[in-house]
Amino acid sequence: MELKTLTYLVVGASFLVYIGIAVWSRAATTGDFYVAGKHVHPVANGMATAADWMSAASFISMAGLIAFLGYDGSVYLMGWTGGYVLLALLIAPYLRKFGKFTVPEFIGERYESRLARIVAVICLIFISFTYVAGQMRGVGIVFSRFLEVPIGIGLVVGMGIVFIYAVLGGMKGVTYTQIAQYCVLIFAYTVPAIFIALQLTGIPIPQLAFGSIVQGESIYFLQKLNQVVTELGFPEYTSGNKSKLDVFCITAALMVGTAGLPHVIVRFFTVRKVSDARLSAGWALLFIALLYLTAPAVGSMARLNLTQTIQTGAVGEPAGNLAYAERPDWFRTWEATGLLEFDDLNGDGRIQYYNDQNAEFAQQVSSYGWSGNELNVDPDIIVLANPEIAGLPQWVIALIAAGGIAAALSTAAGLLLVISSSVSHDLLKGVFAPNISERRELLAGRVSAAIAIGIAGFLGYYPPAFVAQVVAFAFGLAAASLFPVILLGIFSSRINKQGAIAGMLTGLVFTYGYIEFFKGLFLPWAGAPWSENIAANWLFGISPEGIGAVGMCLNFVVAIVVSRMTPPPSAEVRQLVEHIRYPRDFARE
Amino acid sequence: MTAQDARTRYWRANLRLVAVCLGIWFTVSFGFGILLVEPLNQIQIFGFDLGFWFAQQGSILCFVVLIFYYAWRMNRLDREHGVDED
Repeated sequence: MELKTLTYLVVGASFLVYIGIAVWSRAATTGDFYVAGKHVHPVANGMATAADWMSAASFISMAGLIAFLGYDGSVYLMGWTGGYVLLALLIAPYLRKFGKFTVPEFIGERYESRLARIVAVICLIFISFTYVAGQMRGVGIVFSRFLEVPIGIGLVVGMGIVFIYAVLGGMKGVTYTQIAQYCVLIFAYTVPAIFIALQLTGIPIPQLAFGSIVQGESIYFLQKLNQVVTELGFPEYTSGNKSKLDVFCITAALMVGTAGLPHVIVRFFTVRKVSDARLSAGWALLFIALLYLTAPAVGSMARLNLTQTIQTGAVGEPAGNLAYAERPDWFRTWEATGLLEFDDLNGDGRIQYYNDQNAEFAQQVSSYGWSGNELNVDPDIIVLANPEIAGLPQWVIALIAAGGIAAALSTAAGLLLVISSSVSHDLLKGVFAPNISERRELLAGRVSAAIAIGIAGFLGYYPPAFVAQVVAFAFGLAAASLFPVILLGIFSSRINKQGAIAGMLTGLVFTYGYIEFFKGLFLPWAGAPWSENIAANWLFGISPEGIGAVGMCLNFVVAIVVSRMTPPPSAEVRQLVEHIRYPRDFARE
Repeated sequence: MTAQDARTRYWRANLRLVAVCLGIWFTVSFGFGILLVEPLNQIQIFGFDLGFWFAQQGSILCFVVLIFYYAWRMNRLDREHGVDED
């Protein structure tokens, strides 16, 4: 069967499953729609959380990023997993005990303030749209690369599928489709990884393979990789180039940001009880770790494969470089998509792939007749082309397409849901129409989910500059605005509304301002960016991606100082804080 | 001992447990994976430099174990102090 037909079949079959689940798990009440009726099993919720969490970027881009960053790529690995420890120990069980529907609702009640709730809704909507636009774009890209349809059509199909199960099923539908999507994506990710590990080292477990000896040689895999890349002027794979403080801050911002992202927190509202919320975070991280522990192995092995495909012999010998006419089939396939670009600078008909930014090495290679790096590699190719590079059967390639779409759709649905519930529950019921009936609120939730899907699709098709800055924006802002006030609201009964609002606004304005200062996303008409985005200009050498960690500290300090200077919160709030600390409901005794 | 005392003791025990777990969380990631990565890279375990291994594998494995350990210990604390849900 032709690859394209096979891909259509596999992707189509996965869609049928999602739609089937949506029809089976329609939401009947607002409780179903917002929190799946609060009776999801902890293992099931762990799996749904893992799919909710792992986005198109985790599935398609992360291994490639690590492949080309080496050690520095660790910020994503630690940053996007470590936050679950914070969630399990500091946030999820307490917010589950609070027992309401949304994150802004907690902030509003804990701080007795509609203003605080509205500020939280604004942060949430901004963070979630930044994030969801990237997912919709991811769906479009997978469609266009594997099925050769225009991005716009891929987007519309993706929007249609999410529409069916998010609008019909709400959180209940999203939860059960996410479980199916997790299974699709983890299978699609692991199968090629096992094959590539077997080919290189003879060991089928990728996590062990990249620490073992290369097949047919007597050298450890990572040593060999270091050797191969340094011979071409690249920095050593296992050592870092970023400043230590920057690595520290980016990791911290990603971890804390994860623990402050509303679409992740809200997943823990769906389990039956407090102890399930703790346990469920463990399952979630276990399911996430299956992919996150595989990604660095895939990245490093694919980097070696790719480099050795081009540099077939000794560096400097003319015959040591692959002749362009003899390039393998997968090379041709991915050239057509623009992910691989070859430009024969020295006109010798062979491909030279090396680090031409390394001045010393560039001097050395001029004697070989090389005149610059001739191959541009898009990091996404590491995952997308992996099965072809490893020579795997076609059904595996079709599976990668289904997996990428599953990763993007599951994350998109989770985000769209928190957007719609913050509109229907926090803004409509909480602020503008407190007396709205449950049926009308449910309808409002569905309508706002539908509108949010439309906006997300539009942002995915015409991505504004901020969409590419998910790491800096979504995580930085979640870390700097939401996380500190949630944490302080749980662990301190002294923090009041003045402190919380001042803290949130400080974290938000500082972090947003810093990112705008160097990246210029919304204010180009006012002359932004106001400074070149290079390490020499950064505050203490901290990049915009890591600045959320500083914003978080400012938020904490301001919230605590302002609260001390203003009157303590009411007795009801102190009771609320006491109430969420203990799993058992003492009020009912 | 009143019920209120028991609850206060429960909360203190929880905070102690959280502090220990977060100490380990910080040590394996920010400590071993970032701050101490160069000295640890002098040690080789199989084909891995130890610091690099902690940054890309070990820290994540520790996170998973930590959460399950915390969930297990908290269930016990809940029962011991009479604040469990069932």
